[in-house]
Amino acid sequence: MLSKRIISCLDVRDGALAKSVKFVDTKNIGDPVARARKYYQDGLDELVFYDITASSDKRNIMLDVVSRVAEQVFIPFSVGGGLRSVDDCAKVLLAGAEKVNVNSAAVVNPGLIAEASRAFGAQAVVLSMDVLRVAPTDAIPSGYEIVINGGRKPMGLDAIEWAKRGEGLGAGELVVNSIDADGTKDGYEINLMRQIAEAVRIPIIASGGGGMPEHLYEVLTAGRADAALIASMLHYDEYTVGEIKMYLAGRGLPIRMVNAEG
Amino acid sequence: MITIIDYNAGNLTSVKRALDHLGIENCITPDPEVVSRAGRILFPGVGHAGTAMAVLRQRGLDAALLEAFGRGIPMMGICVGAQVALTRSEEADTPCLGILPGMCPRFELDDPRLTVPHMGWNTVEVVRPHFLLKDVKPGDQFYFVHAYYPQPEVASDVYATANYEHDFAAAIGRDNLFATQFHPEKSGTVGLQLLANFAKWRP
Repeated sequence: MLSKRIISCLDVRDGALAKSVKFVDTKNIGDPVARARKYYQDGLDELVFYDITASSDKRNIMLDVVSRVAEQVFIPFSVGGGLRSVDDCAKVLLAGAEKVNVNSAAVVNPGLIAEASRAFGAQAVVLSMDVLRVAPTDAIPSGYEIVINGGRKPMGLDAIEWAKRGEGLGAGELVVNSIDADGTKDGYEINLMRQIAEAVRIPIIASGGGGMPEHLYEVLTAGRADAALIASMLHYDEYTVGEIKMYLAGRGLPIRMVNAEG
Repeated sequence: MITIIDYNAGNLTSVKRALDHLGIENCITPDPEVVSRAGRILFPGVGHAGTAMAVLRQRGLDAALLEAFGRGIPMMGICVGAQVALTRSEEADTPCLGILPGMCPRFELDDPRLTVPHMGWNTVEVVRPHFLLKDVKPGDQFYFVHAYYPQPEVASDVYATANYEHDFAAAIGRDNLFATQFHPEKSGTVGLQLLANFAKWRP
């Protein structure tokens, strides 16, 4: 049986690890490569690196991080943040990532999803979407709106519609990030995840709000997500990968259990 | 020395990095001449079987791989590399190398909650012992990402299975060929061990 995946997201700024809370006030908390290696050794299933470097002249630092991770970490990982063209995507794949993570640029230019999917295969293209809860309108019937640029710009686009469109354009997976839940540690936005999971047939990675193992259980069952993204739970050493997985396996979820990785 | 075949089928560098990490000498080549002198061949791949076969043919690598199989050298395919070893893939109805008789159908699943591609970690059950699988323990999981799966005609060509609504072949082979639908290079320690076994395999 296919396991539910536990994925950790590492926000990287100028080559160092950062953790954002509601997308503002980031603070650096260490070396992303060392962290990635530790999580790999602890039995994490997958990693996401998100480049939040502000200035484009420092982007090559990220490629160096990707390359060093690929030399030491033998689980799949994706890279996102600032990828605007197929060329940008090719660079991170060549540096050793399995998948690219496109977000704002794909909302502005949906053709990017189709182009990247044709160039690298759907399995290599993850569409990441930032979603804000709003009052339902004709344009946003679900009450979930797509926002871009780190949550600052609402796009008048319904999240459910965008998820379906992303699948149609060739995305192989969706990361659904609730801005309302992000950083709260109060649990994932279950209703949003379930609505999107029911609308598409590609894997859904739930993001935002994970604060304790019960939250992962809820989103992987009631929320119907295929994978749960976690950040501060691990980055601040509140839990280990093993503790989270033991909990979920104990509650009957299919989970990949491993001994220490070499 | 392991010769990795470059046929534009996805991320060869992942496999190269895994072999480097294991301290196994390797090189990447698109050249059938180099393949004809190789002593151990790995053909990894992700993506489209039709595209993969087109590039193999265009570079003359299809004949080189068949010749290498005939020479009896150890060969290993990964993912699309496993699929092209069969007779045919349903993906764009592609004729493949035909080293093993069989087809590659697409997952047609009844359960609407199951996504296609089959993506993630799944348990691999060894159904026939093989040197490359000797360290796989019950419950060990490997990383998969694929929409089509190998379906050999001959039961003894199947060495391991996984389950996604139904059982399917996760590792196949015959004589000096072994191939996995999963990605050992992305499957943590158990995957690296499988690659290390390939480097020592004497079929």
